[in-house]
Amino acid sequence: MLYREAGQFKTTYAADQQIFPIRQDRIAVIALLAVAFVGVPLFASEYWFSAILIPFLIFALAALGLNVLTGYAGQLSLGSAAFMAVGAYAAYNFQLRIEGIPIMLSFILAGLTAAGVGVLFGLPSLRIKGFYLAVATLAAQFFIVWCLTKFPWLSNNSSSGVISTQKLIVFGYELDRPVEKYLLVLSIVVLMAFAAKNMVRSSTGRAWMAVRDMDVAASVIGIRLMPTKLLAFAVSSFYCGVAGAMYAFCYLGSVEPDGFSLDMSFKILFMIIIGGVGSIMGSFLGAAFILLLPIFLDIALPYCADLFGLPFSSATVSHIQILVFGGLIMFFLIVEPHGLARLWQIAKEKLRLWPFPH
Amino acid sequence: MIKRFKSAIAAVAVSLAMLSQLAVAAEEQFFPLIDYRVGPYGSNGQAFYGGFIDYLNYVNLKEKGVNGVLMTYEECETEYNNAKGVECYERLKGKAAKSAGPLHTMSTGISYALVDKSAQDKLPLAMMGYGRTDAVDGSVFPYAFPLVTTYQMQASAIVKFIKDKSGGSLAGKKIVYLYHDSAYGKEAIVALNAEAGLNKFEMVQIPVAHPGNEQGAQWLRIRQEKPDYVIFWGWGVMNQTALKAAQKVGFPRDRMIGSWWTGSEEDVVPAGEAAKGYMAATWNVAGKQVPVIADIEKVVYGAGKGNLQDTSKIGTVLYNRGVSAAVLSVEAIRKGQEKYGKGKALTGEQTRWALENLNITDARLKALGATDLLPEIKTSCANHEGSGKVKIQQWDGAKWVPVSGWIEGNKSLVHPLFQASAKQYALEKGITPRDCSKEK
Repeated sequence: MLYREAGQFKTTYAADQQIFPIRQDRIAVIALLAVAFVGVPLFASEYWFSAILIPFLIFALAALGLNVLTGYAGQLSLGSAAFMAVGAYAAYNFQLRIEGIPIMLSFILAGLTAAGVGVLFGLPSLRIKGFYLAVATLAAQFFIVWCLTKFPWLSNNSSSGVISTQKLIVFGYELDRPVEKYLLVLSIVVLMAFAAKNMVRSSTGRAWMAVRDMDVAASVIGIRLMPTKLLAFAVSSFYCGVAGAMYAFCYLGSVEPDGFSLDMSFKILFMIIIGGVGSIMGSFLGAAFILLLPIFLDIALPYCADLFGLPFSSATVSHIQILVFGGLIMFFLIVEPHGLARLWQIAKEKLRLWPFPH
Repeated sequence: MIKRFKSAIAAVAVSLAMLSQLAVAAEEQFFPLIDYRVGPYGSNGQAFYGGFIDYLNYVNLKEKGVNGVLMTYEECETEYNNAKGVECYERLKGKAAKSAGPLHTMSTGISYALVDKSAQDKLPLAMMGYGRTDAVDGSVFPYAFPLVTTYQMQASAIVKFIKDKSGGSLAGKKIVYLYHDSAYGKEAIVALNAEAGLNKFEMVQIPVAHPGNEQGAQWLRIRQEKPDYVIFWGWGVMNQTALKAAQKVGFPRDRMIGSWWTGSEEDVVPAGEAAKGYMAATWNVAGKQVPVIADIEKVVYGAGKGNLQDTSKIGTVLYNRGVSAAVLSVEAIRKGQEKYGKGKALTGEQTRWALENLNITDARLKALGATDLLPEIKTSCANHEGSGKVKIQQWDGAKWVPVSGWIEGNKSLVHPLFQASAKQYALEKGITPRDCSKEK
């Protein structure tokens, strides 16, 4: 019904290969972007910007980075939080040590620094695979956090290792209101999400997927494994690095190395598992699920308790929240192991064939 | 139909107006509590915030609030997680716009994340014994208050205690600093280095990686170094492990002095016999012999309004610390009402002024029944710490016993370090410091 494609004819290769081939998708994406860029800033409150939307977008970007590596190139990684830390500390240091460097440039440089570190820790992937590689990237997680605490130079000799980020000045204009930060984060995330979408549709993306599905076969058909895998590590870490820089500059304002713990890496991994491995949209869905559901439960549970007259303390609410959250994760994994993005895909297929889906 | 609709609207409007009048009639002082009761440090949070809330209720029950203004609060669970802390802050901020007591997060990470935000939103941020220590310099940090004392002053006070014990000189002595390798553990190093230079003792730094449940190598090194004292900056499970390890290598426990996060019942009871004789700094004594603690148990728990489910926590170090935090907060409200009108709730901005002009003397503490619960406090624009004093307490196997009076750290040595650090922060952030001589 919604997805009836009758009358949409593609007469050129360009039309056939465009990023959203179905007209309804194009309209939906444009509408979504319009809402995000215009509607939300008009209506959302400060709480929504600083506590919900900004972290959601930042984690969606980090999840996107991990999805490139794990979902598309098939290399399991547990170091995403560490690469975010590299990005955060790199952006801080570029701002600090280079006089008058524009913030956008230091974000890009932070991404490149993270990409460099990512390639370094991606080297073992040339020899080892699967769980063994996960353990090797775990080393990155511990090494980088240790490194940031060990060398005081990296945190500008702060006695505690905590860095407090500089002002956010874009093109001479200081962004300090939450809505401005939100628009900055949104623009970067949208840009990078489209870049990722195009990358995975190109020969690079096809090479990644070939390596993921069977690396021996991929090398037989002429895909060079080393550059392909390392490029995946570089791109993934670049995304995580930029996400980390934004996490520090646009969200928390001050970060410590211990904040980028293994916990956070797992959280990002769960985002792509729940959202959908090997799907750009899945990264966003997963980030929304992992980040927003606990907050929603946290706010909704006391109301429910009041409604039924149950004496809930704030600790009980937290315990129940963890229970419900865990239960929902299991539910979704059993019902749809390929994630929320796959659920959406199935729904879309059925809608396209409606009223006779099979 | 329309007429009926109109009258319905009118009824709603009238009842709304009455509601808002009711809200105006009962003045309430709101405390946004960004707290934690679950997660890895949940049990610490339960005791601390239990004490805090109990004291607020105690003030409400005992004297009907401060000049008739009732203390209210709303909790938000952070699980000691920085991102959740920020979310909680944003959630409670709207409610705190009308009236706000000081924020207590009991987490250095969350405090760091809130230092800038709270100043922007004009909400006072209290950091009692944690958080950003250079905020002692109120000219750069008008809204942040590391009240009572800081890590650096504490380290300096411990050195002073050891010096007194060693007959007034530390020249040629060797002190090991065994610390949790994190932001928290590293804070004290600057002060200890400065003390080492001044008192001519040798300092050996030995870090322990988080969580610190394996310290064999570190204690082997301590045995080789043969130090005169070990200053110990642990956290969580690291504390009991250190005590057991010290027993194993035969290092006398009464030569180990810990920070105030290593000196609660939760730290020593699991170590059993190994903890006997161990000393730790604190700014609040434990036990129910403090009159106000006993009275809280009688009044609040007697009325069935106690916050703790596990009442055995009453009188523990952390519970009493929570009460001491609440005593300070409520005294600030009292002080603020003197200036801004008695019987009126204070906004965050007004509470800030009150926190900067606290003067809690021993006589006042005695009147509150809080003698020795905390040291005398006198804050100012240039000194947001207000005291800098700690006591040393010793674990006798069953309870903590104070073994010293109030010891003040070396202010002339430590405070310039804060000022230098605050100055650098102001430079990085482009803050123009206030002129403290013009504040009143």
